[in-house]
Amino acid sequence: MIELLQFDFMRRALIAALLVGLVAPAIGTFMVQRRLALLGDGIGHVALTGVALGFLTNQAPVLTAVVVSVLGAVAIELVRERGRTSGDVALALLFYGGIAGGVLLISLAPGGSNATLMSYLFGSISSVPTEDVWVIGFLAVAVLGVVVFFGRELYVLCQDEEVAKASGLPVRFLSLLIAVTAALTVVIAMRVVGLLLVSALMVVPVATSQQLTRGFRSTMLLSMLFGMIATVGGLTSSFYVEVPPGAIIVIVALAGFVLALGLGRFVRRSRPQEANL
Amino acid sequence: MIGGQVSLDRRQVLRGIDLTVKPGEVVAVLGANGSGKSTLIRALLGLIPMTGGTTLLYDTPPARFREWWKIGYVPQRLSVGGGVPTTIREVVASGRIARQRRLRRTGAADREATARALAVVGMTDRASDPVQALSGGQQQRVLIARALAGEPDTFVMDEPTAGVDSESQQLLADTLSGLVDQGKTVLLVAHELGPLEPLITRAVVLRDGFVCHDGPPPRAVGTHALPGHDHVHPHCAETPVSPLDWRPTS
Repeated sequence: MIELLQFDFMRRALIAALLVGLVAPAIGTFMVQRRLALLGDGIGHVALTGVALGFLTNQAPVLTAVVVSVLGAVAIELVRERGRTSGDVALALLFYGGIAGGVLLISLAPGGSNATLMSYLFGSISSVPTEDVWVIGFLAVAVLGVVVFFGRELYVLCQDEEVAKASGLPVRFLSLLIAVTAALTVVIAMRVVGLLLVSALMVVPVATSQQLTRGFRSTMLLSMLFGMIATVGGLTSSFYVEVPPGAIIVIVALAGFVLALGLGRFVRRSRPQEANL
Repeated sequence: MIGGQVSLDRRQVLRGIDLTVKPGEVVAVLGANGSGKSTLIRALLGLIPMTGGTTLLYDTPPARFREWWKIGYVPQRLSVGGGVPTTIREVVASGRIARQRRLRRTGAADREATARALAVVGMTDRASDPVQALSGGQQQRVLIARALAGEPDTFVMDEPTAGVDSESQQLLADTLSGLVDQGKTVLLVAHELGPLEPLITRAVVLRDGFVCHDGPPPRAVGTHALPGHDHVHPHCAETPVSPLDWRPTS
């Protein structure tokens, strides 16, 4: 483990991995509770267009990805708010549009090809430049700030939207806040696990920790711990074994889930009053 | 001043309803399934848009209403979210939300109110259990505790008795009579009143989107008073009845 830190690129990668592992499950807990577990996937698709737009216009892809995915997230939220049945299809349209737009735009960019997109689709944590670490750090603070500042209100909203309304909460603002925060998280995690696996980091640690916990707060905190274990553990093993970090991070997270599934059964059995779960 | 002044005109479910709840009243909205009871109270609170008419909460339209802590809304059932566990205490404590400010930490008053609410519904010793493990009646008690925790003036309850075992129904009745003694206003939707009946000061019976009775609660007569009677509702006969000559037939 120590020799890892001798390499600059590895130090940057570890910082990025830690931040993503911490932040993605935090906002992910709210998304899972709100039954929007796949929102991250949708935003990930849309962010690809943003990345390609960055190459086309010679801007930093991370920044254009932030802009486009935030816009996409707001669009998804507005569609969701309008109707339930048609919203499903509308979301699908947005997802396909995101991927197609990305591939189309990158082919127009000078010297761009689908290979350029690969590092964003599947992550390239070991080549994270210093300025990206700063961007990731800044966004991570923003996301955690949202969770700390609005956590109580988001909890009520995700529990029951009507109760939130009847408590006088700004429901639309909070819904958009979740969507935008999710979009920021997607962009942060994009470099670490790639757009196609972003959602895994938002959902899998939460699914893992809810096997073991009884409360919302404890689920969130434990999932953040699991998230960091998965990202750092995956990254470390990818240093020793020649495998793509993004993939191994998700596999580690999934392995944790399977373990927790078994452990959770055992824990629940020892609490008799919950035997009916 | 307490009281939602509602005259509401909704073509399909509610077709023009005038209802004013005065402070200290215990109003039951009754009616058959699909008569628009839940819709009425949700529209009244401004939770669903109205196609016509206006609703006022304490003389203010819902969009400009700021004193939401005065209202404790109890939804029909506890929505357990996407499966993220949450403890009974967390749910009950969230009832304080309308009284809390951002960044302000949960204070002693919040914790005391939460503890009191838990005690009232007899859930203190289960406060750390996940709500997902509770039965329907117990979840209903948690929902009521959440509203109690907010210490509102007016309780709006959507079918608090539906699918609730008789023990929880009795507990609900006791809780309600405590609230009535404190002078709180209660507006509740019910399919059948059960042990709540003696508490109700006024009953509003809905039929086909209209109010077909507004006045003293109909006393259950004959087989209707028995638990488990068949749900033929004689409050609203098939022929249009004027509220004036409304007569319960058993």
